[in-house]
Amino acid sequence: MTTQILTYLFVGASFILYIGIAIWSRAGSTKDFYVAGGGVHPVMNGMATAADWMSAASFISMAGIISFMGRDGSVYLMGWTGGYVLLALLLAPYLRKFGRFTVPDFIGERYYSKGARIVAVICLIFISFTYVAGQMRGVGIVFSRYLEIEVTTGVIIGMAVVFMYAVLGGMKGITYTQVAQYCVLIFAYMVPAIFISIMITDNPIPQLGFGSEVNDGSGLSVLQKLDGVLMDLGFNAYTAGTKSTIDVFAITAALMFGTAGLPHVLVRFFTVPKVSDARLSAGYALVFIAILYTTAPAVASFARLNLVDTVHNSSYEQAPQWFSNWEQTGLVGWEDKNDDGIMHYSAGSDNEVTVDRDIMVLANPEIANLAGWVIALVAAGGVAAALSTAAGLLLVISSAISHDVLKQTLMPNISEKQELFFARLAAAVAVCVAGLFGIYPPAFVAQVVAFAFGLAAASLFPALVLGIFYKPMNKEGAITGMLVGLIFTFSYIVYFKFVSPQLNTAEHWLFGISPEGIGFIGMLLNIMCALGISKITNPPPLEVQNLVDDIRIPAGAGIAHQH
Amino acid sequence: MLRTKSEVKSVAGTIYRDVNMIEEIHHHQGEKLPPATHHDQQVILEKNLTTYWQSNLRLLAKLLSVWFLVSFGCGIVLADWLDQFSFFGFKLGFWFAQQGAIYAFVALIFIYSWRMKTLERKFGVDDDEENS
Repeated sequence: MTTQILTYLFVGASFILYIGIAIWSRAGSTKDFYVAGGGVHPVMNGMATAADWMSAASFISMAGIISFMGRDGSVYLMGWTGGYVLLALLLAPYLRKFGRFTVPDFIGERYYSKGARIVAVICLIFISFTYVAGQMRGVGIVFSRYLEIEVTTGVIIGMAVVFMYAVLGGMKGITYTQVAQYCVLIFAYMVPAIFISIMITDNPIPQLGFGSEVNDGSGLSVLQKLDGVLMDLGFNAYTAGTKSTIDVFAITAALMFGTAGLPHVLVRFFTVPKVSDARLSAGYALVFIAILYTTAPAVASFARLNLVDTVHNSSYEQAPQWFSNWEQTGLVGWEDKNDDGIMHYSAGSDNEVTVDRDIMVLANPEIANLAGWVIALVAAGGVAAALSTAAGLLLVISSAISHDVLKQTLMPNISEKQELFFARLAAAVAVCVAGLFGIYPPAFVAQVVAFAFGLAAASLFPALVLGIFYKPMNKEGAITGMLVGLIFTFSYIVYFKFVSPQLNTAEHWLFGISPEGIGFIGMLLNIMCALGISKITNPPPLEVQNLVDDIRIPAGAGIAHQH
Repeated sequence: MLRTKSEVKSVAGTIYRDVNMIEEIHHHQGEKLPPATHHDQQVILEKNLTTYWQSNLRLLAKLLSVWFLVSFGCGIVLADWLDQFSFFGFKLGFWFAQQGAIYAFVALIFIYSWRMKTLERKFGVDDDEENS
């Protein structure tokens, strides 16, 4: 069987599995639709959270980004995992005890105001839509690369599948398909990683492999050898960073606090039965995420080393098969500037080889000479990663609209059945809008996705944490804080990325912090404004203070959930 | 001053609502509460809940210090200095940034989960019995 047919088989089989699960787990009530009935086992929820969290970008692009950034890539590794500690310690158990359906639900009740709820909805929709557009694009790209069909057709097929299980099953359908998607994607990631680790170091554990000796008899470890060859070619040493310490600090912080403020992640902890389950579940989620996140830097260094070894100074005639395969897709390219038929790879202007970062994961199975079924598996894994994240994001968008905007604000008299209908309608509309973004990607999307974290850190995270840990926080403080954080961060990013991109260098930045890390400053501003304003305005009413006392005590979550 | 007063009141309010439930749990575990008037009970419980919350905050402070130390400390600020040490073939600062911090994060969450469970049983505010 050819690789192509195998890929169709694997991706097709995984789709049948997801749709089967969707039909089996249809949502019957709004509680099913929003929080999967509140009865998801913590381990299951951990897996679903991991799949929810790890997007097409984590699966396909992250190892490649680290591969080219070297040490500077650590910001993503620490930033996208450290947030789970904040989530488990500061947010998840309390939000679970609060026990309603959405993140704006908490903000609206805790700050006793429809205004606060609507500000939260705006933050949520803004964060989630910038994020989801990238996912649909990811689905389309995986389809076009592995199955050789148009990106547009790929996006439409992806939309149809997400439509099936998000609209039918809501959170319940999404949760159980995400569990399946996690299994597919982690298997697809680990198999090539283990083989490439054995190929280069004889060590089957990638996490240890990239500290081990290369098996070429040089006696050097992978990282030592990589530092050496890269410096010979004029690059920076792989294990030395180029970003300033303060910028690395701020970016890591923005990603961490942003992770803990992302609505599609937070809402997953509304689905477990108990408060203690929410804590435990965040732990399992991080275990499942860490398996991929500790493997990615290993894959990154193996792939970079392998690239230099096989490509640099070898004649084009003898280039490995994968090079010519991927040349057709435009992900790698060679331009013979000095007409010697030899490929030169370097940091200088005589460089002849262009490499797209995504190649590091996509071509891994071929670089490691693995069988066709592994390539097919990676395709299925990439699709699983993109679909699971897209579905989670679409759900928070649709529940914010049907629950927070319609039921809680504009149309309080609708019945549960009508609310469920509107939830499905909103999900259907959101799928179509996301699909359009995927087919006609607005130029700014790719640049903005990374900023969703900064916005979440500067807006939602402080409002949530202060609402739980600082009882005197009132609506005036929280709303001002959210708006100040959001507007400051948004303006800074827009200024440096779109208004005056030529000024986007360290000497023009505030405190030397790049737009990627500015969410951290936005967060500090948010907290300062919120505390200041709350001191000079009226304290929250007694029933709100009682609510805060109540969410601090784990007992009674099951009861609170019934109404 | 006013704020503190209303805070105290609100704690009392919560306790008033929770008294029956907590009594039930104690009863269920076969413990005997000392004979007390309704007012005394409230005061005892109020004190209990305050101590519970303070122990939680102390635990959070400890764990978040470790969280800060392994990532922002060892992985970023101290990383260049740590790089002089070698650890399983890695420069130590580099290892913390790309591996170590992540392992520490996982450990922190499970430690928190386990310590909180103990704390909640001790103060009778756990959710052991109520899986619906």
